[in-house]
Amino acid sequence: MSGSGYCPQTPEQIREMLSVIGVGSIADLFAVIPAELRARSFELPDGMSEFEMLAGMERLAGRDRRNIVPFIGGGSYDHLIPAVVDHLAGRTEFATSYTPYQPECSQGTLQALYEYQTAICRLTGMDASNASLYDGGTALAEAALMALRITGRKKILMDAAVNPFSRQIVRTYLANLAVEIVEVPAVKGQSDRQAFLAALDDETAAIVLQNPNFFGGVDDFSDLAAAARDRGVLSIVAVYPLSLGLLKTPGEMGADLAVGDGQSLGNPLCFGGPSFGFLVVKKEHIRNLPGRIVGETVDKDGRRGFVLTLQAREQHIRRQKATSNICSNQSLCALRGLIFLAALGREGFAELARLNYDKAQYAKGLLGSVRGVLLVTAGPSFNEFTLSLPKDAATVSERLLAVGIAAGIPLGRWYPGMESCLVVTVTEKRTRAEIDTLATRLEEVLWS
Amino acid sequence: MELIFEKSVPGRHGTILPRSDVPRANDLPAGLLRGESAGLPELSELEVVRHFSNLARRNFAVDTNFYPLGSCTMKYNAKAVDEAVRPFAGAHPVLPYLSSGEAFVQGSLGVIHQLSRLLAEITGMQAFSCQPLAGAQGEMAGIMMIAAWHRSHGQQRRFVVVPDSSHGTNPATAAMAGYEVISVPTAPYGDMDLDAFTKTMNNEVAAVMMTCPNTLGLFNPHVEEICAIAHRHGALVYCDGANLNAILGKVRPGDIGFDVMHVNLHKTFGTPHGGGGPGSGPVGVSEQLLPFLPSPRVTQRTDGSYCLVEAGEQSIGRLANFYGNFGVLVRALAYITMLGRHGLVEVSEQAVLNANYVMNRLKGWYDLPFDSTCMHECVFSASRQMKHGVHALDIAKYLIDRGFHPPTVYFPLVVKEAMMIEPTETESRETLDAFIAVMIEAADLAETNPEALFQAPRTMPVSRLDETKAAREINVCCQ
Repeated sequence: MSGSGYCPQTPEQIREMLSVIGVGSIADLFAVIPAELRARSFELPDGMSEFEMLAGMERLAGRDRRNIVPFIGGGSYDHLIPAVVDHLAGRTEFATSYTPYQPECSQGTLQALYEYQTAICRLTGMDASNASLYDGGTALAEAALMALRITGRKKILMDAAVNPFSRQIVRTYLANLAVEIVEVPAVKGQSDRQAFLAALDDETAAIVLQNPNFFGGVDDFSDLAAAARDRGVLSIVAVYPLSLGLLKTPGEMGADLAVGDGQSLGNPLCFGGPSFGFLVVKKEHIRNLPGRIVGETVDKDGRRGFVLTLQAREQHIRRQKATSNICSNQSLCALRGLIFLAALGREGFAELARLNYDKAQYAKGLLGSVRGVLLVTAGPSFNEFTLSLPKDAATVSERLLAVGIAAGIPLGRWYPGMESCLVVTVTEKRTRAEIDTLATRLEEVLWS
Repeated sequence: MELIFEKSVPGRHGTILPRSDVPRANDLPAGLLRGESAGLPELSELEVVRHFSNLARRNFAVDTNFYPLGSCTMKYNAKAVDEAVRPFAGAHPVLPYLSSGEAFVQGSLGVIHQLSRLLAEITGMQAFSCQPLAGAQGEMAGIMMIAAWHRSHGQQRRFVVVPDSSHGTNPATAAMAGYEVISVPTAPYGDMDLDAFTKTMNNEVAAVMMTCPNTLGLFNPHVEEICAIAHRHGALVYCDGANLNAILGKVRPGDIGFDVMHVNLHKTFGTPHGGGGPGSGPVGVSEQLLPFLPSPRVTQRTDGSYCLVEAGEQSIGRLANFYGNFGVLVRALAYITMLGRHGLVEVSEQAVLNANYVMNRLKGWYDLPFDSTCMHECVFSASRQMKHGVHALDIAKYLIDRGFHPPTVYFPLVVKEAMMIEPTETESRETLDAFIAVMIEAADLAETNPEALFQAPRTMPVSRLDETKAAREINVCCQ
């Protein structure tokens, strides 16, 4: 079938082109490949039209079940996405371009990324952002690597209340670098300040904290950041960006580096990706940032324009001396984040955070009053909180799933001793009726 | 064009949110709240739409312009491939971690499993993990698996060997995995210098990283021998699959002795590049490296259902929040499904045809440092134009004025004034001819009127930008 690979050349053109090249056939172009190196197999199915392909993909997607009310988060959140996000980020001038190496014909992407960097700085209260990283977990790993480079030290103190997936990623990234990672156990869903203060020493490169933490608890880490600073230790705070419509920023806490995952800002669940990671820092650390950075400058005629800047940090210039091996970023997802923030705007974004808070507080009050249920995160929380159930949480979760409710994430898998605990997420998309049903069903599962 | 923040009007409201159906909760203690609301723009929806629509118009893209950016495989992205993602957008990634939750995401897990199997057949590797979020992360996974494999044999080696023509990600990856880098020079025929390589090898080398075909667009006929030499020294060989678009159905790296490789789905498998990402860099391994693959893995039970498995002790661990850039995986599966066996072979044949056509048409005007049949891309040097003071960059800027995105310039580093042209298979002869004509025009101008090249571009929203100022007076966030 000719043209099956979106190849436009006609047989006649192919003949002409071969004669320009001076060979007789396409096979001659591959003659440089010795026979013994040729593919031994290529057993793939035959191709098909786009219509058949799409029908097949619909069938496969049909094996997913969507009749479920999600009260689960764990780093991926079911939020509203204004229609303009899909529409504008779907513009193919954004989608089918690449890294803006040639700035004059890439001002669209470059200005958007500069605006993204500005929006993320304003959201987090930090000074400088790169143009995005892969996701929140890898952003945390890159932040840890940055802290090791900046301090020249070899130890990371990491709060066990940080998302377990993120902690696993940090461990993967640091595995070959002779670095000690000390995890500080959380107590009743909260960061253990005494343990942190006791563990801080002159060998420590960074403390790693998360707000709200994996259990949903909201904290102010100003004191820990200050204590760290006194020992020459950097503080890294991971945040849930949507919560920053309401909560104290890492900048206000005095954090040196802040990271997070941008999925909640206009990116669909999509089974966990793509989203984007952000990494924002105090001004003095900008030259240690990994990844692309867009900077403002002027053109030959004095007009404002934007370019990739500080490229001497990067792998395509510095090779093994680069700040990271990262090459691509998650530009299109970062753009979605920017459009999302612009569409909601200053008031709308604060209102959205408030909506999450109010719904979750309502749910927390209701679920916390179910017979036998205790609140582990009885203190301040945002849109997640942890319940302690009178039964095994994994079993309860399974029974609720059977009636179409993903009630929360059982913690036993990551936190031995917390097998009865469930982290419940309530976003603005959950209705009062859904929350009420969850409470009723939970009571039934526990007591009937 | 004004920044979106400069267009803001205090008090203007954007998207309307649903009204709350629960009582307003008590406020959090003031010490936990931000001092003032974040300084986001305040605009109407139409103003947001205008802003981003106008920004979009300031981009060259594959859908608007020929984009022969070498090493990046800027092929046309079929629109049906984007459509394929829609029914998967609502799958929650935490579901497989709930008891019985896997039943709710059988389709999504199936995407990952099916794509992994297809990539294994395409490359001749034993198995793939689709978790790496980009090519560079696939490389990192690969080198970390190699490090773990050596550790499992009680060895802690020091070096990773890369050709000097390699992508910068190769040495940067080796450094991130704790290795020192040995760079091997390129021989006059364009491949890694085999003698120099042989002398470099010793029992402290953990891995050799090769791009196949290499970054000069050449297929190294000694690649099997290089793998064999590396293996004799107990090293493993990594294949950077960035250039896989040249060899689909022709060569499978797994057949010729490569132990690990990554593929760039956004290059070879037709997923949009997104202005810099998201990409996706699945990593494949030979049998001996299976236990080291990233965790978790998707496997299939005997009853045909899919499940998520935490890998064992030897796994290098987790690389991503969840299972990779899933939306990109769906697109790649859609692309492979639609093209099938013959379509993929045709991709490589036409990509190689187009590149050789451009190379032959232009070699009278530009120096060709390695003059032999190329694969999917060709690398010229502007050294001839340099005699008139014209650099590769000037030619690039002139192309912009004539409506073409420039080739990759100044890479690979081993070619002075490099211009790396990758037309891809999806470009018509007419487009190639138009591009060739402008390249010839630029070569003529270099001799007759270089000033015209120095002034380019003149038709864009901005002329050449002051990069030194950007780096010296750092402004990466508007106040």
